Amino acid sequence: MADRQHGKLYPLPSQNMVLERDLGKMPVLECRRLGINFGGLAAVSEFDLGIGPTEITGLIGPNGAGKTTVFNLLTKVYEPTTGSILLNGKDTAKMSTIELNKAGIARTFQNIRLFKNMSVEDNVKVAMDHSIHCGLGTALFRLPRYWKEESDAHERAMDLLGIFGLQGMANAKAGSLPYGAQRRLEIVRALATNPSLLLLDEPAAGMNPAETSELMEVISHIRDEFQIAILLIEHDMNLVMGICDGIAVLNFGRIIAKGTPEDIQNNPAVIEAYLGRKKEAKS
Amino acid sequence: MNLSTLLAQIINGLQTGSIYALVALGYSMVYGIILLLNFAHGDIIMVGAYVVYYSITRFAFHPLLAVLLAVAASVALGVTVEKVAYTPLRSAPRLSLLITAIGVSFLLENGAQMIFGADTKSMDPIVPGSVAIGSVTISYAAIITIAVSVISMFILTRLVNSTKMGKAMRAVSEDMGAAQLMGISLNKTISFTFAVGSALAGIGSVLYLCAYPQASPTMGSMLGIKAFIAAVLGGIGSIPGAMLGGFIIGLLESLISAVHLSMWKDAVVFVVLIVVLLLKPTGILGHKVQEKV
Amino acid sequence: MSIKDKAASGSERLQGRIRIPTPLRYLINSCLIAGLWFALSGMAAGGIINNYWKGILITVGINIILATSLNISVGYLGQLPLGHAGFMAVGAYASAIYMKSTPAAALIKAGDRGAVLPYLITAVLISAAVAGLFGLLIGIPALRLKGDYLAIITLGFGEIIRVTITNIDSVLGFKFTYGAAGLARIPKFTTLGNCFALVVISLTLIHMLMKSRFGRAILAVRDNEIAAESVGVDTTYYKTLAFVFSAMLAGVAGCLYAGYLGSLYPSTFKFMKSIEILVMVVLGGMGSMLGSVVSATVLTVLPEMLRAFSDYRMVAYSLLLVVMMIFRPTGLMGSYDFSMSRLLEKLLNAVFRRGAAADGEAYTEEGGR
Repeated sequence: MADRQHGKLYPLPSQNMVLERDLGKMPVLECRRLGINFGGLAAVSEFDLGIGPTEITGLIGPNGAGKTTVFNLLTKVYEPTTGSILLNGKDTAKMSTIELNKAGIARTFQNIRLFKNMSVEDNVKVAMDHSIHCGLGTALFRLPRYWKEESDAHERAMDLLGIFGLQGMANAKAGSLPYGAQRRLEIVRALATNPSLLLLDEPAAGMNPAETSELMEVISHIRDEFQIAILLIEHDMNLVMGICDGIAVLNFGRIIAKGTPEDIQNNPAVIEAYLGRKKEAKS
Repeated sequence: MNLSTLLAQIINGLQTGSIYALVALGYSMVYGIILLLNFAHGDIIMVGAYVVYYSITRFAFHPLLAVLLAVAASVALGVTVEKVAYTPLRSAPRLSLLITAIGVSFLLENGAQMIFGADTKSMDPIVPGSVAIGSVTISYAAIITIAVSVISMFILTRLVNSTKMGKAMRAVSEDMGAAQLMGISLNKTISFTFAVGSALAGIGSVLYLCAYPQASPTMGSMLGIKAFIAAVLGGIGSIPGAMLGGFIIGLLESLISAVHLSMWKDAVVFVVLIVVLLLKPTGILGHKVQEKV
Repeated sequence: MSIKDKAASGSERLQGRIRIPTPLRYLINSCLIAGLWFALSGMAAGGIINNYWKGILITVGINIILATSLNISVGYLGQLPLGHAGFMAVGAYASAIYMKSTPAAALIKAGDRGAVLPYLITAVLISAAVAGLFGLLIGIPALRLKGDYLAIITLGFGEIIRVTITNIDSVLGFKFTYGAAGLARIPKFTTLGNCFALVVISLTLIHMLMKSRFGRAILAVRDNEIAAESVGVDTTYYKTLAFVFSAMLAGVAGCLYAGYLGSLYPSTFKFMKSIEILVMVVLGGMGSMLGSVVSATVLTVLPEMLRAFSDYRMVAYSLLLVVMMIFRPTGLMGSYDFSMSRLLEKLLNAVFRRGAAADGEAYTEEGGR
């Protein structure tokens, strides 16, 4: 297993925790008073969160707390009603989902959204689209550049699939993969867009404990290898407590606690939100 | 063009407009509930028109009986189409459902052509006579058409807003799965929606014959498409929207005819549709639906 | 097993299979096409294919281009345009008006086919460009909308085109399209040869497009638009690209049609024509190029042979649409696409690497039926 050097966490005046090794660097993501109303109902409000460039942050909370809504706000599937999102210091107010991805946010989906009828390799290559430099004419007439770009893309796709050992399935239809492999492929696909922030929506859902612990290993490995920040929604507390540097707890659309895994585990407000249960063993 | 011709054209427009509105309601309701552009809806009108034609010319039935028969036939046909062609595809991709609807539409048109012949069947006006108000003459047919449409729409609004079945329809169109969990029968509700929509189409077919006393196998397709445009223009899924859209399209058409450009009528209606979809894709009275992620 | 080990075993499994290198694949396919052409031209020269059958073969070719090009929008992009005949009409009229202004008719009469070629190429390019332009004009607004609006807008576009072609002369006072009376005396420039060549070029271009990053993005948009956006695929761009490409090829088919018949009437390009093309795509299998080719061929030749039943043709077509959707929505071929090289590969694998091939079979077998 790769070495995980967490460094020490420092609380900022904003209550955000910053890793020692990230100190002095610009946070990859900063949400300021983010909020959205659906028909007058505030699904998310006053959402403040900063994420360091190599930090793994967990977003937890009971069902319906608004976790996935936060992801949808960050990727502009929903337009925020209030507040602002800064990505690498730049305001994302005018950006679309597509532009945000190009600017560095990639995500997976709670209900898997693969390109089911395409091969595993093509799923990854689609995500590399804007880094394949091959114009329409080059592709239609199969100019030499096309071959070079395609073989580069193939190699990169295979490398990325290798993270989860999926190369053997490269030619299989994505929809025919077992559930766990589909979740992993979604992560690979998101990584293929070269993000600086990776959003994982319940990556361990439906996995058994052995698979989950392997996944934990891989998530840390991804952070170390690609030097990116990861924000993940997860119900599996072993995973969250095991790999997250910082955790934010959401309840009724508001952050009720932020801190290190230890802080969160001992926070009375969090325990209350989970109805007295410290650990929710949801799969 | 003097004032009285203009007024006459406006009344004409309101007459065709109210037929469009009735047909548009059928589209709108079906679209609202299963998100299907029911291409066959226009052809149900065609079948209804043939029923009226044969009842009156061949069997010399009283016009009111002909109306009842037309509505009954339309309802039977609409529900049959839904059961045979659309129900098996409820969980299929939207594209398959849409292609099926086009297939049914063509089947009805070509079937009618085989059975009734490709020629246009003309008959005597069902409601002859007119009344003069000042310098403007208004046909009784126009008065009846507008009145019947307004009454039908009033009844429909009550049906959707204040009955148990109406509540079920609204629930299913909001969330099919959740409605089912609440004990609402999908099959019943969807069939009922088709029945109501087809009944309106049946009434529409009679009113159409009042305005233009002739039936042909392809009469339904253009009428249907224009009614759909009316539904989109007003805001699909909205009852007042369908009425508004119908009247706008009807008035627009008669005004175009008034300036002697009637051969461009269809083209202009489509241009209007494209412009509306560009400026306000949800239509005049529609509201936006957000997709769940 | 650690991650690294897994990766290693995965690539080993891949190496166990015999793959035909791509240049060789292209060579095999070129040989097949050349063989087919020699067979056809030989039969035409030997009189086995008479003029009647030549005409049918040209119609088959035109319908193949129409069906495969519509398949781009319906099968690959997952949209339902109902105005394909409109694009065909635009292409047909554009090339017909151009060809009438050239000395092509005299050259054809003189039997100097070679001299017609530059005009022919220009005509093809013009019809593709004009149809593509219309595709762009209609696609940009229509493709921004979700759901069935594209269907209704393209249907409307088809009607607008037809109404315009019928009435434009009387409005402008020109002798341009000759309205409902029809545009006649177009040089008959379409031959079995140039039709065959254009079919091959069209199919090749579609194949090249779909097997490149553009094709991948188009398929991704069809499979899951939200996911495609989330990985930075500019969905509007790729939708428009596929739609315009499809329109351009329909224009080329129109060009061949004009040069084959020698006269054009607006009533040819009714909504019915668009549906006929759609039936070909649906029957063959949405998303299968081979399916479109086969069903375009069958649905052109069969009605010729069953002329006695021509009254029932449209009834049969509409029934076919409904029955196919209910019982076999994937079409006859599903999304299967025939590949000679893949067949050869399978043979080679079966003969030489039985064990190795069987090992990865469950995952490496490509989808489709």
